[in-house]
Amino acid sequence: MSEHKPTSSARSYELAHAEVAHQLPAGGWLDALRREALSRFTRQGFPTRRDEDWKYTSLRPLEQQRFVPSTGAAGEPDAQWLEGLKIENLDAIRLVFVDGFYVAGLSTADELPEGVTVQSLAAVLADEPERLKGQLGAVADQDMHRFAALNTAFVADGAWLHVPADVEVQKPVHLLFVTTADDTPRLVQPRVLVSAERHSRVTLIEHYADPEASTAFSNSVTEISTGEGARVEHYLLQEHGSARYHVGSVHVAQQADSEYVSHNINLGGALVRQDIHPRMLGEGANVVLNGLFLVGDGQHVDNHTRVDHAVPHTGSDEYYKGVLWGKGRAVFNGKVIIHRDAQKTDASQYNGNLLLSPMAEIDTKPELEIYADDVKAAHGATVGQLDEDAMFYLRSRGLDARTAREVLTFAFAGDVVSRMGLAPLRERLEAAIARRLPGGGLA
Amino acid sequence: MLKIKGLKAKVENTPILKGLDLEIGTGEVHAIMGPNGSGKSTLGHVLAGRDGYEVTGGSVEYRGQDLLEMEPEVRAREGLFLAFQYPVEIPGVNNTYLLKAAVNAIRKHRGEAELDAVDFLQLIKQKMKIMDMDESFLSRGVNEGFSGGEKKRNEILQMLLMEPKLAVLDETDSGLDIDALKVVAEGVNALRGGDRSIILVTHYQRLLNYIKPDYVHVLSGGKIVKSGDHTLALELEEHGYDWLKQEAASA
Repeated sequence: MSEHKPTSSARSYELAHAEVAHQLPAGGWLDALRREALSRFTRQGFPTRRDEDWKYTSLRPLEQQRFVPSTGAAGEPDAQWLEGLKIENLDAIRLVFVDGFYVAGLSTADELPEGVTVQSLAAVLADEPERLKGQLGAVADQDMHRFAALNTAFVADGAWLHVPADVEVQKPVHLLFVTTADDTPRLVQPRVLVSAERHSRVTLIEHYADPEASTAFSNSVTEISTGEGARVEHYLLQEHGSARYHVGSVHVAQQADSEYVSHNINLGGALVRQDIHPRMLGEGANVVLNGLFLVGDGQHVDNHTRVDHAVPHTGSDEYYKGVLWGKGRAVFNGKVIIHRDAQKTDASQYNGNLLLSPMAEIDTKPELEIYADDVKAAHGATVGQLDEDAMFYLRSRGLDARTAREVLTFAFAGDVVSRMGLAPLRERLEAAIARRLPGGGLA
Repeated sequence: MLKIKGLKAKVENTPILKGLDLEIGTGEVHAIMGPNGSGKSTLGHVLAGRDGYEVTGGSVEYRGQDLLEMEPEVRAREGLFLAFQYPVEIPGVNNTYLLKAAVNAIRKHRGEAELDAVDFLQLIKQKMKIMDMDESFLSRGVNEGFSGGEKKRNEILQMLLMEPKLAVLDETDSGLDIDALKVVAEGVNALRGGDRSIILVTHYQRLLNYIKPDYVHVLSGGKIVKSGDHTLALELEEHGYDWLKQEAASA
C-alpha cells in the first residue's frame, strides 16, 4: 500500500501511531480493522478548508502542534473537582475515563438488569474480543468522517454498552471523560459503542469535562445501533476548557420504529467540531436532535448534523440554538437527505442564533436534499441580537441593563434545555450556562 | 409630581411631540385623550425612557429631579411606572421571576430588605386576587401566550406590586371586553389615593366611567390643545375630536 502519499500532518499521526502501536490492544480482526483505518486516514489526509464539510473550520492549530497519543491515565484528577462533575440528584451508573482510559476506582459498578453490559471497551477487547467483531466500525462511515478512521486506528478504550431485547435500563449511564492538565498536549481518542436491541430503552450521558488548563485534543467516536422499536436518549455534554480541541462524531443506525433522541450541548472550547449522523434504515424510525452551543471570545464551535431518511415513514425534528459573544465563531450545518424511496418523510429543522457582540460570527446552513416527492420538510435559520422591546420592558420594571441582557440570553438558551427529559441534568446545565454566559453570576 | 415644559420629541426623525406642557400634582388623576397619531403613546415612552425616542427640546421634572437624565430602570425604581399598550411577550422568562426581580429592585433602591420567596408569594397571591388572576400565571413565561386581556391584567398586577408614585397607563383599556375593563379599573382604583398620581392615556371615554379623572386633557398634533374636568371627556365622546382640530386651526 505505498501508492499514496500521506500529507505531512497525516504522516505525523502515522508516525505517532507507530510509536504506540505495541501498546494498543491486538488481535486478528482488530489488527486488520486498525490497519485499514490508518491507511484510509493517511490516504485522505487532514481535511482542509477546500473540503466542503470543513469550509468554515480551519484545523491549522491541530496540524501545527504535535499531540502525543494517550496510552493511559496520565494523572489522577482532583477528587473535589471530579465530585463536582457528578450530576446532583441523578442516580446513574457512572464510568469515569481519564485521558481516554477507564479508571475502575473512580467508577460505580452497579447492579445492572439481567443481560445488560456496561463495560470498558479495553476490558471487552482483552477478554472477549469476539463480542465486538462486526460491531466496532460497523456504524461509522469512515469515508465520510475521516477522524472516525483516525479513532479506529488508535482504538484502545472507551465504553461498550449492550442492552438485550425488551430490557429497559432504568438508571442513566453516565460516561465521564476527563483529561489531565499538564505540559503534554495529549491526543485522546475514546470510542463508545452502543447496541440497543429490539424494544430496549436506555439513556446515555456522554460527558466531556476538563480542567481549564487542559490542552488536549480529543477525537471521540460514538456508534449507536437501535434495534426495532428501541429507544436511545443520548446526552452529549461538552464542558471543555477554553484551550481544548475536540473533534467528535456520533453515528447512528436505526431500525424500524426505533427512536434516537440527541441533546448536544456544547459550552465552549478553543476548537470544537461535532458531527452527528443518524441514518433511519427502517420504516417508522424517528430522530430528535436538540443542540445548544455557547461560544465565547476566541472560541470556535462547529456543528455538522446529517440526517438520512433512507426509507418511507420516518421523521426527524432538529432544533439547534447558539449564543456567541466576543470574537466567538460558530458553524451550523444541518443536512437532511430524503432518499428516493423515502415517501411520507416528515422532517423539520431550525437553527436560531443570538449574537451578543458585533464581532461574533456564525455561518449557518440548512441543506435539504429531497429525492422523494411526497414528503413534508421545513427548515429555518435566524441570526439576531437581543430583542430591544424585551430589553426596554425589563428595564422599565427596574432591572438594570446588564441583568436584563443576562435574563434574555438565558431565556434564549434555556429553551433548548427545557426539551431535555432528565430534570437533574436540566438543573445542572441551567447553572452551568448561567456561569458561562458573559457577565456570568446569574443563577 | 411631574412638570413637563415645552417637550419636543422625534421618532425616527419625525417630530411627534411639538412643545407639550403638562403639570401633574401629587395625588391627582389626569386623563390624556386624543385622536390616533396625536402623540399619546410617544409621551408614555418618552416618560419611561425608551431608546429611539429622541427628546429635542423642553424639560421634564419628576419629583424635583430631571427625569430625562435617568436610565429607564432608575425611573422605575424612583416610582415611575408605565403600563404598556402592547405588553411584550418574553418566552423563557418566568413571570414570577420578573415580578419578584421588579419588587426587589425597588425595595433595594429604597434601602429596604429584599423579600424572600415566601413573603413574596404571599404578597403576590393577595394582589392576584384583586386582578382576578389564576395562580397558573405565576409559572408561565412573561405574557407568553396571554390573551390581550390577560396581558393588561398582568400589567396592572405589576403596578400593584411595584406601588409606583406616578403611573402612566398607556391605552390600558384598548382591546378589553367590559368585564376585563372593570377588573382593570378595580386594580387601578385599588391603588388610587394618597400621594399617588395617575396618567390615563386613552382614546375612548369608557374607561373614565370606572376611573373618574380629576382633569382631562386633549392631545392633538403633539400639544395639549384643551384641558378641563371630567365633563370634557363626555363632550369628546359626543362630538369626536374634529371640532377641537378646527378650533386649534382657527386659533
